[in-house]
Amino acid sequence: MKHPALWRSAIAGGLVLALEVLCRTGVINAFTMIPPSKMLVALANMMRHADWFWADARYTFQNVAAAIVLSIVPGFLIGLVIHALPRLRRVLNPVLLSYYSVPTFVFYPLLIVIFGIGQLSLTIMGAMFGVVAMISSTLTAIDRIPRVYGKVARVMRINRWRTALRITLPAATPHLFTGVKLAVAYSVIGVIAGEFILATAGLGRRLSLSFNEFDNATMYGLILLIFIVVAIINGVLQRWEARIYRRWYRA
Amino acid sequence: MTPDVHVTLKAVTRVYPAHSGHAAVQALGPIDFGLRRGEFVGVVGPSGCGKSTLLETVAGLAMPTTGTVTFEGAPVRHQVPDGVGVVFQEDATFPWLTVRDNVAFGLQRAGVDAAEITRRVDDAIAFMGLNAFRTAYPSQLSGGMRQRVCIARTLVLRPRLILLDEPFGALDQQTRLLMGEELLRLWRETGATVMLITHALDEAAMLSDRVAVMSSRPGRFISVLETHWPRERDSRIVSEPGFGLFTSRLWELIRDESRKALGIA
Amino acid sequence: MKQRWSDYLMLVVGLAVLWQLAYYFAGPDAIAPPWQTLQRLAIIVRQEPFWENARATGSAFLYAAVLALSGGLVIGIAIGSSAAAHEILSPILETLYSIPKIVLYPVILLVFGLGPAAKIAFGALHGFFPVTLFAIGAIRNIQPVLLRTARVMRLAPLSLARHILLPAALPEIVTGLRIGFSTTLLGTLIGELFASSQGLGFMLIHAMDSHNVPDIMALTFLLFLVATCANAIILAIEHHVRAHAA
Repeated sequence: MKHPALWRSAIAGGLVLALEVLCRTGVINAFTMIPPSKMLVALANMMRHADWFWADARYTFQNVAAAIVLSIVPGFLIGLVIHALPRLRRVLNPVLLSYYSVPTFVFYPLLIVIFGIGQLSLTIMGAMFGVVAMISSTLTAIDRIPRVYGKVARVMRINRWRTALRITLPAATPHLFTGVKLAVAYSVIGVIAGEFILATAGLGRRLSLSFNEFDNATMYGLILLIFIVVAIINGVLQRWEARIYRRWYRA
Repeated sequence: MTPDVHVTLKAVTRVYPAHSGHAAVQALGPIDFGLRRGEFVGVVGPSGCGKSTLLETVAGLAMPTTGTVTFEGAPVRHQVPDGVGVVFQEDATFPWLTVRDNVAFGLQRAGVDAAEITRRVDDAIAFMGLNAFRTAYPSQLSGGMRQRVCIARTLVLRPRLILLDEPFGALDQQTRLLMGEELLRLWRETGATVMLITHALDEAAMLSDRVAVMSSRPGRFISVLETHWPRERDSRIVSEPGFGLFTSRLWELIRDESRKALGIA
Repeated sequence: MKQRWSDYLMLVVGLAVLWQLAYYFAGPDAIAPPWQTLQRLAIIVRQEPFWENARATGSAFLYAAVLALSGGLVIGIAIGSSAAAHEILSPILETLYSIPKIVLYPVILLVFGLGPAAKIAFGALHGFFPVTLFAIGAIRNIQPVLLRTARVMRLAPLSLARHILLPAALPEIVTGLRIGFSTTLLGTLIGELFASSQGLGFMLIHAMDSHNVPDIMALTFLLFLVATCANAIILAIEHHVRAHAA
């Protein structure tokens, strides 16, 4: 298969083009969706002229970044602990499995009571959504670590903390990428959904406002922005993951 | 107890307890044995007889159900004693580290300064013939070379007792013979006591001062044979007339046990 | 990993204790305690409007699940079977999977209008990707030696699919179906939040709007129960399949 990347760009480009044509010819009416080119223009305008844009973007970005860190680090540590206690793992298993079937934002009122309305609540909403994916992913990743590594650590008389840091963590890294990618996606969802529902600032709130005011240009511009940002983050993670896989499994 | 004895096993057994419908299984023993300081002992036996279990018990990776293991006079409990090195059957190289970092891994603890680390690592790498691959990653190396990295990593810690669990099992015959020579060289240079588990009778016969023959499960030592080979030996010993005799004696002892293990007898 | 009765018991007791503690900490404005929640649930379940809503959600979910699971399987197997298709399309699918679909919510509403179609679309959209990606993974991960053995035995394509491909790929496919199932449920519920005047999601948002804490808790608890039971059933199927495939 030569130049898969080229084919991919061609297909993606083709779909965008089709969408553009359908919108411009009126098959998809402007009330429902605007052409991709106009989305881009709307986004550019927002970034340049809208007085609210950078403040809201920064607000959301801070929440998302904090939520990502709060999902990944505690997620990994909790996963480590749960893996070390098999009984605990068996007990918690149903929760881990069902967590993403239930709309967890029903707990948002609870969060607000404890943390008040504001960035802390939003961050925790995002983190709450992402952390379980990281925990599950950590458990699977550690499962896949060859058992002989643990024996090597014991022969070298390395204590548990150093083993976790210098063997478990690096050994689990390739599979942890899955968890990180999910944690990123869920953090974004959690924060934006939170802002959508009950915030006083942020891009999520702008999304809700523009939807209610039938301001399609702004709305689609924001949607496009979120798409692009997440796609970039994912692309970076994907490339990093591929590099690690190549180094580890070249043979 | 003579000061000569490095490791002792007294009435060692390992029993896996009954659980979820399965009865308890006695995997090993009882075993009574003494490893003399500086000797090279090979352990052979049919598959499933508990050779690996034996090694893990001696290393301190697992506690015997009954009996005691002592190393340098002190009992071995659920912790690997200082001065013991183990080379495992599976590939235990860390894929995220270069060969050099792999070898240096165990040394990076408090108390060993950087210059000393570099010296020992360089020596071990040179000794195992890995100089050309210092900056390579394990994924770029063959199976045999990765085992050499594992051996170098063990070497660097100056173990007084080296345990090897079928380290060359995954390699082809020729490579195995050559790796065996490397092992002998290492043994002579370090003066360590070595215990090698293997399923290959010729390998055990070539490398060992004594060969312990295990029965099928639960594994006990049926017999311990002395080879009387000179210390300065290499793979060419296979062409000695005594070699063939020795190996056939081993097979004589094992054959029935192997058949039992396979369920034929 | 076998679950034992005592494990479930510990989980239930542990959660109940945490729940009660959270109530003491946060007060009745945020949570209702376990016993009150159960009582409220018992009352709700006896009212006819509840069952109308449950049916609405249930049927929407069923449609969405059928769409997501069958669509995902067909497309996943098709892509997985072709190395070229996999190389080109899988990265695109993975990127789409990771994009927060909640962002598309307004789009779905605009395209499908308010009503069951939007719910179904949203639910199906959520569930489609995991099923597809896992199916692709399942097919790609079939060990080459199995395929070579099949060639040596000279199996016809249909026979090959039935006797070799399917058993080898089934465990991972079932995992994808399970995850797709949960995700579709979530998507349908979210879809109901704003798009509908019917359904359990609607009941939930109504309760949230009127700040009816006992109702919020009762409905959430019910959803959690349903999701856990459904998951447990599919998990049992999955274990069964894995045990046979091994």
